[in-house]
Amino acid sequence: MRTALAVLRKDLLLELRTLETVPAMALFSITTFVIFHFGVNRPTVDGQLAAGILTVTLLFAGILGVNRLFVAEREQGGFDAFLLAPVDRSALLVAKASALFLFLAAFEVIAVPAFSLLLLGPPLGPALPSLIVVLALADLGIAVIGTLVSALAVQTRARDVIGPVIGLPLLIPALIATARAIGPLLGSRGPAPLAGKWLLILALYDLVFALVAYAVFDFLLED
Amino acid sequence: MAETPAIELRGVARYFGERIALRDISFALPAGATLAVLGRNGAGKSTLLRVLATLLRQHAGEVVLLGEPLPQRGFAVRGRLGLLPHEPLLYRDLSGRENLRYHARLYGVGPERVEELLRGVRMERRADEPVRLLSRGMVQRVAVCRAVLHDPEILLLDEARANLDPGASELVEPLVGRPAGRTRVITSHDPQAALAEADFALGLRDGRATFSLPADQVTPDHVRELYA
Amino acid sequence: MPTYGKGLRGLSILTFVTITVALALVFFYAPLDSTQGFIQKIFYIHVPLAIVSLCGFVFGGVLGVMHLRTGDRRWDMRSYVAIHMALIFGVAALLAGSIWAKASWGHWWVWNDPTLVSYLIVLLMFATYTPFRFSIEDPERQARYASVFAILGGAFVPLNFIAVRAAQQYVHPRVLTLTGSNLPGPMLLTFLVSLLGITLLYVTLWKYEMAAKNARIQIRRLRRRLLGDDDLSPLQRSAAPSL
Repeated sequence: MRTALAVLRKDLLLELRTLETVPAMALFSITTFVIFHFGVNRPTVDGQLAAGILTVTLLFAGILGVNRLFVAEREQGGFDAFLLAPVDRSALLVAKASALFLFLAAFEVIAVPAFSLLLLGPPLGPALPSLIVVLALADLGIAVIGTLVSALAVQTRARDVIGPVIGLPLLIPALIATARAIGPLLGSRGPAPLAGKWLLILALYDLVFALVAYAVFDFLLED
Repeated sequence: MAETPAIELRGVARYFGERIALRDISFALPAGATLAVLGRNGAGKSTLLRVLATLLRQHAGEVVLLGEPLPQRGFAVRGRLGLLPHEPLLYRDLSGRENLRYHARLYGVGPERVEELLRGVRMERRADEPVRLLSRGMVQRVAVCRAVLHDPEILLLDEARANLDPGASELVEPLVGRPAGRTRVITSHDPQAALAEADFALGLRDGRATFSLPADQVTPDHVRELYA
Repeated sequence: MPTYGKGLRGLSILTFVTITVALALVFFYAPLDSTQGFIQKIFYIHVPLAIVSLCGFVFGGVLGVMHLRTGDRRWDMRSYVAIHMALIFGVAALLAGSIWAKASWGHWWVWNDPTLVSYLIVLLMFATYTPFRFSIEDPERQARYASVFAILGGAFVPLNFIAVRAAQQYVHPRVLTLTGSNLPGPMLLTFLVSLLGITLLYVTLWKYEMAAKNARIQIRRLRRRLLGDDDLSPLQRSAAPSL
């Protein structure tokens, strides 16, 4: 999809130029880990508790990214520019979701090691490959839902609030599956094998919402 | 045998909730001609332009552009239209060149065309600065480039010469002015200037057409009625 | 313009009769539960309310699809009514469930039960439907975006259920499983009649509200035609579809 690549390239260029999104997400997550450190009042965490903290932090940081996704389009006429062009409009969905996915991946490169340093008891190394798989699926879900919700929110009046308010409940199944999948990986006695059922649920979630998103996105753009 | 008009509207209406933005608008514009749309703020000029640009769909009536009925055939004509609205539609944190290259990719136009246009408006040296650092006149010049990047057959101009000094105005004239030979629909706050470069004129008041005449038949009374 | 009042009287009577029969069955026919006693009978209200509300949300999503496909704003009206009816039934289900929970488990609410939690999540999500609608001023766009929301929500309900149910422990009594119900005969009959009654109630109320809204819109249209656009006071911003 030539168009999607063009839009994605533009968005990555903008992010590199302005550094608005990824650094904010990374900083937010590190701060949150520190807060949790004091909140749970333990030297380290492991197991399901660790998984919960990590997943919730990722989710909230993701919401930061979601809020900013369409702001430039809205404020600087980007929607008009795109809608005027003789292109397939779903390309905007693909491009924005891909951008968000890349932003999430980029900030996780910083956030996950930070988590390991600040809070995690057991070493991260052995669990890392499985963790990456789970996070990839989770990021995909956040990217799709985030893009949809952001597009919904950007045209409303309460745009900074509506995004999280609609998006967070929608993301709860993904949150549950992600946290439960990661929990055994961070066990104090070393990682347990990855449970397939959570991956299946995440994959199903991603698939259903990706299809729904693809089907409805055009209706959000037209006037 | 009459040639197919480039733009044809019949009984077009557009509402926002219960508010009437456009009601019963009809005209036919031959290819290569210029239509001046006159009226106060809020009369419906920008709405009309957006309907013609395929950004808004009409709620009643027919819109036919280059023989293609809208909105069904919108995708077929989009590549042959150019819109220059109030906003320049440029990303402020990207440079002029980056903006134009992005649009070029969307339209399937090569980067050489970008350079050619930048040279034409004498922006080639400052095209690498972020748009937010440029003066309004320069931004408008880049915006003009954006609008004609794909050499459209129909050009829709909303105050095209806003923020341009006479020198810059001259630079963009070959791109958006009559000499380019495109079918144009222009709006302007200066009725005299608009009528001077138009073949036809349409007067709008509260969404309705008060007159639709060849430009040389528009009298000062017609114009006064729009602003009364 | 269809009138939703057609057959409404017959439907109302049928609903009333079914609910009366259901109540009679609940109090006089269904056997007393051995462990929980009389309070268990709330089950016959609580579960049908919950099931019908969840179906209502999915129904709202389907109506949203119809709106986007046809562009006819009446579908949006139907979707709007379906969703906020379902929300009302949902809150009622939560309240009934809460009473039951307090009586049989000693708590008004428990967090480690997936059915309860997933249900709460769904309600929380749909509670944002009306504020969301209200935040969009242009009525056409409001309708379109609301339909997208309804579709997202409708897809969300089954997914949410699967995810939460997979998350292990449950305190909630499992009465309906994939292998069929484990209710004894008389209880099953009572349950089914209750379910039918609540479903009919939902449909009847839905039709009533559609008829009322429809009538209001017709009146406004007639007034516009008679008085002319200028004499009519403009519609206030609202979350409800205006057509």
